[in-house]
Amino acid sequence: MLAGEHGPAARIALHSQIAVGDFFGADHLVPIESAHVMADWDVMGAGGRDYLRRLVDAGGSVRVPSTRNPGAVDFTYAKRLRQSSKLIEGEQSVRTLLTRLGIDLVDTCVGYQTMPTPAAGTHVAWGDTGAVIYANAVLGARTNYESGPAAVAAALTGRTPAYGFHLDQMRAPTVRCRVTAQPRDCAEWGALGAAIGLQLRDYWTVPLLQGIEMQPSSDQLKHLGASLASYGSLAMFHLPGVTPGPTAAAAGLAGSEIDVGAEDLERIFASDAQAGDAVDVVVFTAPQLSLAELERLGTMLDGRHIHPEVTLLATTSAVTREAAAASGILSTIETAGGLVLSGTCWYLMAPKAMGRTFGWRHLVTNSAKLLNIAKASEYAVTLRTTEACVEAAITGSLSRR
Amino acid sequence: MSTTSTTTYQLAQALGEPVEAPALISTRPFSARYDLDRDTGVISRLGHPLRGRSVAGMILICPGVQGGVAAGWTFMKLAAHDLGFAGLVFDRVNPVMVQGAQAASLAIAAGIDPRVFAAVANDTVIRLDPPHRRLVVLG
Repeated sequence: MLAGEHGPAARIALHSQIAVGDFFGADHLVPIESAHVMADWDVMGAGGRDYLRRLVDAGGSVRVPSTRNPGAVDFTYAKRLRQSSKLIEGEQSVRTLLTRLGIDLVDTCVGYQTMPTPAAGTHVAWGDTGAVIYANAVLGARTNYESGPAAVAAALTGRTPAYGFHLDQMRAPTVRCRVTAQPRDCAEWGALGAAIGLQLRDYWTVPLLQGIEMQPSSDQLKHLGASLASYGSLAMFHLPGVTPGPTAAAAGLAGSEIDVGAEDLERIFASDAQAGDAVDVVVFTAPQLSLAELERLGTMLDGRHIHPEVTLLATTSAVTREAAAASGILSTIETAGGLVLSGTCWYLMAPKAMGRTFGWRHLVTNSAKLLNIAKASEYAVTLRTTEACVEAAITGSLSRR
Repeated sequence: MSTTSTTTYQLAQALGEPVEAPALISTRPFSARYDLDRDTGVISRLGHPLRGRSVAGMILICPGVQGGVAAGWTFMKLAAHDLGFAGLVFDRVNPVMVQGAQAASLAIAAGIDPRVFAAVANDTVIRLDPPHRRLVVLG
């Protein structure tokens, strides 16, 4: 491949993988089962598009099943959300180039909730941090964070450098987290991830979570993982009863421990906003919603009407939205006044511009990950449970935590 | 890492070509998505100590990283508009920063002595020398 026998695109890709592998001390590459690529116009711009174009022009073609993370646009709602023509056209150009490389436009960050998942021990190269930590900690698959260009490279070569979470020794717990809080709502699971991530903040740290009494659902684990990744840049955790394989290595933990209690979660829910403050937009996203989450949202909104001064947005995958439509959930949410977008995640949709266009300043969400992200787009953000988010959307004002 | 003089810092890991540029010191873990306006190259996160500062032509020195995969494309996007970093130096780093820097032909290093944060002020000119795994403070 380095000699160019598989074409110049594969050679370019492999060179980049070797350079990164050298940085991290990898002495070989491992074959991967799949690649998952984060690539949208909002984050790539012309520079990223031109990089993809060079790979296409060099004859690039995927060697393993490869999928894309959410895009920046739901074309059905782009005009209603007044997304710029530059963003829409840019997104179209990126989609075209990805398709030419052979990358499937599934446009989801939660493919593990809708598509076949890799078996424990399988090497993959995934490029959404929430998907990565879910793959490592819940599925037992093996992947590092793969950035957009790196995941494209892995797709083109069918392999990835063997360092980090591809290696047994890097997957063992390094910090014991004594959890005394008992999270229930997804927002609380996200807050737990945030509280831990804020204390650890190191990609190479692997927390062992102890003390959680309930068996969490896929959605709760999704929010936990997304927050650990967002706040701590963590890519792996161990939760007894969830994480495949032995956690016997925990016995050898060298005294590194942290405590996380209810007060730590409350600090994540704390906000500059006061009870009764007006709410502009309520967003359910980051990660995309599963069918179960949409069903719960629909149940909460059934027969009610969203406040005329509030916009309620939810994002999901196209597959899930279709299922929600077939089961009537979508109609219930839309009748209440909510919008369910597919193939995108709200924070990829140029949220700063959207905020300025619609005058949105106060955002309420049940996503602790979005709480972290939206501040870069100059929103005042408040985290609330799913039920409290719905109430904020109905009443137009923030409730007491 | 140990220092060989008061103005030279050794680096544990490094990639890219040597570069000289002013330093931009952040005591907060860096995220391309959470901290930056990626259209302007300006630190935009509410409450960030460097809010309002442009990263264009600067070598970021930062203890660590947070969040995710956006950096992989962001460095290219910024570079296409001459708004990008000149280099990146971390104590602890994740793969995304390295992958993104490599793809954007940006010098990057990790494993710097944390004392650098107290010793080097913003806008001090430094030389990041990945082949020799060192950072030299030029003043």
